[in-house]
Amino acid sequence: MASKNNIGQRRLVVGAHYGVRDWLAQRVTAILMVVYTVILLGTFLTAQNFTYEGWASLFSRQWFKLFSAVTFFGLFYHVWVGLRDIWMDYVKNAGIKLFLQCATVLALLAYAVWTVQILWSV
Amino acid sequence: MSEAITKQQKRGQPIRNVNIGDITMNYRQPPSAIVSILHRISGFGMFLMLPFLLYLLQESLRSEISFAHFAGIVDNLFVKVILLGLSWAYLHHFTAGIRHLFMDNHLALDKDAAQKTARWVLVISLALTVVVGLKLFGVF
Repeated sequence: MASKNNIGQRRLVVGAHYGVRDWLAQRVTAILMVVYTVILLGTFLTAQNFTYEGWASLFSRQWFKLFSAVTFFGLFYHVWVGLRDIWMDYVKNAGIKLFLQCATVLALLAYAVWTVQILWSV
Repeated sequence: MSEAITKQQKRGQPIRNVNIGDITMNYRQPPSAIVSILHRISGFGMFLMLPFLLYLLQESLRSEISFAHFAGIVDNLFVKVILLGLSWAYLHHFTAGIRHLFMDNHLALDKDAAQKTARWVLVISLALTVVVGLKLFGVF
């Protein structure tokens, strides 16, 4: 952002760009989840007898572990964007809002680590 | 100030903002508004249930013994009803999200088309939930 252009119509009124970044991240993670959902929903609906062998063998492949992990991380980022919007819209008190936002981030970080543990336990 | 408000003022009626009571009881919400608020409610509900779902995933994957434990939990009728509710929440969020992606690309943005696609979101998400529910309760 060259400051000589930061005037008139080109004046920069926001700096962080987290608005458009989060908006885009929400879309990208959504598309990722659509692909993952189609695979898992297809597996669920076409499975004839649901056994540990079949279920665990899907999750025991390295590519599926990585695909799952990336999708879940995307999910948690997606949840953060949505929850942040909800707290911003309905919670007026700044202190309570900050607390809820921090609690959301911490919970999602814990879920992310837990997800890795679950996926690599197979 | 809009014409309606000016008229209201002339008649001596007090001006007030639209409140939650108006939104929930006095005004009939268009399909797009219903889809929108359900998108939010379903998303928040799934966030609250995330620990439970991760716990189920953990039990289903860790070992054959934990899988039996998982199967026992899921066999419970109450748990099945909760899972059916979550399936609806996911599928509604899913279909409404795809509608958003189309609208991001300037498709079906005008008033009539937006109401039409909102109705389709409600119908398709419920239909998909029925299919998942039939599988969940072991019909096929």
